Amino acid sequence: MRYAMAVDTKKCVGCSDCVVACQTENNVPIGYCRDWIVEVTDGTYPQLEIEIRSERCNHCENAPCVRCCPTGASHYSDGGTVLVKKYHCIGCGACIASCPYDARFPHPEGYVDKCTFCLDNRVKKGMDPACVSVCPTKCLYFGDLDDPRSPVSQILKKRKYKTLIPEAGTKPHLYFLI
Amino acid sequence: MKTSRRQFIKTSSLYAGGLAMAGSGLKAASGLLKNLGGNVEGLSRTPTYCEICFWQCAGWVYKDDDGRIQKIIGNDDDPHCNGRLCPRGTGGVGMYHDEDRLKTPLIRRTVDGKQVFEEATWEEALDFIAEKMKSVAAEFGPECVVLFSHGSGGAHLGHMLKAFGSQSISAPSFAQCRGPREVAFLTTYGDIVYSPERTDIRDSRCLVFIGYHLGENMHNGQVQEMSDAIDKGATIITVDPRYSVAASKSKYWLPIKPATDLALLLSWIHVLIENGWYDKEYVEKYTFGFEQLREHVKQYTPEWAYGITTIDPNVIRRTAKEMYDASPAVIVHPGRHTTWYGDDTQRLRAVAILNAILGSWGRRGGFYFPERVQFPEYPTPAYPVPNRLPTEAYAGKYNLANEVVSNGICDATIPSVDSDCNFKVWLVNGTNLMLALPDQKKTLQAIQALELVVVIDTMPVEITGYADVVLPECTFLERYDMVRVSRHREPTLALRMPATEPKYHSKPGDWIARELGIRLGLAAYFPWKDMEEHLDWQLKQVGSSLEEMKRIGVKKFPRQYDDLYLHEGEDFFFNTNTGKIELYSTDMEEEGFPPLPVYTEHEQPPEGFYRLNYGRAPMHTFGRTANNPNLTDLMDENTLWVNPKVANLWGLENDQYIKLRNQDGIVSTFSIKVRITERIRWDSVYMVHGFGHDNKKLSRAHGRGINDTELITNVKIDPVMGGTGMRSNFVTFVFENDNAGEEVEA
Repeated sequence: MRYAMAVDTKKCVGCSDCVVACQTENNVPIGYCRDWIVEVTDGTYPQLEIEIRSERCNHCENAPCVRCCPTGASHYSDGGTVLVKKYHCIGCGACIASCPYDARFPHPEGYVDKCTFCLDNRVKKGMDPACVSVCPTKCLYFGDLDDPRSPVSQILKKRKYKTLIPEAGTKPHLYFLI
Repeated sequence: MKTSRRQFIKTSSLYAGGLAMAGSGLKAASGLLKNLGGNVEGLSRTPTYCEICFWQCAGWVYKDDDGRIQKIIGNDDDPHCNGRLCPRGTGGVGMYHDEDRLKTPLIRRTVDGKQVFEEATWEEALDFIAEKMKSVAAEFGPECVVLFSHGSGGAHLGHMLKAFGSQSISAPSFAQCRGPREVAFLTTYGDIVYSPERTDIRDSRCLVFIGYHLGENMHNGQVQEMSDAIDKGATIITVDPRYSVAASKSKYWLPIKPATDLALLLSWIHVLIENGWYDKEYVEKYTFGFEQLREHVKQYTPEWAYGITTIDPNVIRRTAKEMYDASPAVIVHPGRHTTWYGDDTQRLRAVAILNAILGSWGRRGGFYFPERVQFPEYPTPAYPVPNRLPTEAYAGKYNLANEVVSNGICDATIPSVDSDCNFKVWLVNGTNLMLALPDQKKTLQAIQALELVVVIDTMPVEITGYADVVLPECTFLERYDMVRVSRHREPTLALRMPATEPKYHSKPGDWIARELGIRLGLAAYFPWKDMEEHLDWQLKQVGSSLEEMKRIGVKKFPRQYDDLYLHEGEDFFFNTNTGKIELYSTDMEEEGFPPLPVYTEHEQPPEGFYRLNYGRAPMHTFGRTANNPNLTDLMDENTLWVNPKVANLWGLENDQYIKLRNQDGIVSTFSIKVRITERIRWDSVYMVHGFGHDNKKLSRAHGRGINDTELITNVKIDPVMGGTGMRSNFVTFVFENDNAGEEVEA
């Protein structure tokens, strides 16, 4: 089982609903976020393009944050999800420095926090992650890459996609449909 | 300094003491509220519909075991949101948690020559208002009491006011927003577009947006359907001087010169007719005045439009063909905020005509026929017939306006020899008139002339600073309101019930209206025991009940009348003078306006000035969310979009803060952060509306960004319906060091 997410940049309007839904679902303190919006504008007026991406932890198969964690707090969990055991985390920040996607932040309570794909609180109960289930444009697809019928497998079969910073060799599980 | 009767009170109020701040003695039946409905995630849930914007999506409020509101999730059965709230709805919890909320009633008093707010009990505040309303009504008639309202509180207060004998009820959502489109569609089709809009976006094959930035304006159901349409391969055509998000999703982006949209629309009509690219059968069967239209638009060639709009004639032809190829599954979207240049009804008439000749009205993928449940009012005595109607405030003008013109009321409040229609009391609920009405000077003049200003709101928005009495309304999460009776593809009802008891000393709108009504001797108009009984009676008349609605939140009903779309060859009577879709408008003709839209030229910015365009951000609703802790976390100030060429000319840098001065010499109170971007034309600048709050009690919103409204002083009134055209304002940059330089020289 390999959990993954695909983000349709052709449909995303950058409304940030994924950000708020994650905050209220996971009690992320105000001022912090586990997912965020990136908007890239290309060209000159009037020949323009915008790519809008809802970004978060890439839940890499080859995760530098897991490798560099001195206490084992950062670890692989079910479906390859990368998680942090907050009581094992000493807040040293090595993982923050090692993440090419800048997906981690120091939680005010002293541990490092990041996207969990809502594994324990939602996915294990058969629900989609909060961001996926709230998205008004339905531009987020989630599921098991090993299950050909999962929404994420289906959409990746149909559409062109890319990953971010592939040269880092992290084998990310966050795909962007282009 | 000139002292005014009503100084803006911005400092903290005078605390009278004796009033406990937290936990009012009134315990709502909080035990009752627990464990209703499914316990899906270990949290209890109660139904509501959102009040962060007018879309009013239905959802569920989830609370943890301690009764603390955790999150709000959309109701799957609700056609407004399909189980997915927008960021504002999801962040609606912030409206409840906001510690800057109005907490207790306040009364303006003069202490040692200084005007301050003094805390009051509800008894004192309501008695004060009722006494004043009675004495003013005795002298001037009850019609001199006005209600400005936006949102759910309006139903309760409106009922109270009508019982009192006044129909003077108005909302800025007409003359500052939707008005032109509703009047244009009413004169063309005999019916309005409604809210949520009756646009069949999900099945559309071609969407045309004219300055309508769907996706940035988060009109939830429509954004969802635009996404569906993208999935299905619909062609999107966006006309906007700014590269909006919608433009970035479009096959065609037409970067039009601002204020020339009508030329493009007329030219499109020209192209469609000249090439025979229109629905001949539909036009023959359902429309009136096609020959006049054909003659009229002969002059509006794409080459003519090119010189005005800067849009390539071939692109005009190609996009017209795209519309025809998709027809009738095409929507030339009427937009929503349409008060731009003062000839807005005529522009929207052109939109209505385009749709008519493409045959999209009453067709799948075009405009459907929405339906709603006939929902009875709780029986109360008939309202007294008022001696005069609010429309007398602008007698002889705006006869085609189908709602009350707010700025007409505001103007008539200012004493004048031309009018004896002086309004003496303003009740203001859920609308921050200082940001909603353009030309603030006039609003202030009106306020100074009033005998009483009462503001009923959840937040200390600017208008509260001018109130004589401020009443803290509780948020939508803490109250019952009227059932949402939704007009949609399927008729639905939605319930809002309290998830928790009102915080601080705030009170629900229905309670405020009723208590005020009782003090005005109108108890007979409030015969119900409480809102539960009121709603239960109404729901039972349509075969539901409060108990059922508490469980399901949203109830769908079968359609009873016609179908969603016209049938093949169906005879249909349109509610116009001719019974047809009036391409040639007999209403407009009767009122002395051009019966076919005529292009008129609008002002362009003078040298060194740029047109001030404004719009929405998906995480905010006007100014009302600017202090919401969850939403300011996403966006806490607006930025000024400037084209790199312009930035270069002025030496502007990204993230630099500057002030703006408009054509009338008005300088913005605060500064705004510069955002240099290719996404904006060189002749205009852009900002999101709703920022630049100057009330210090809004701790997160105060001083953040610029309030566009204060720079909108050149207002172009639409003679057809009284709308305030707000996009003919031009600004230039004011650098902070300008003043410093002068001081050095002095």
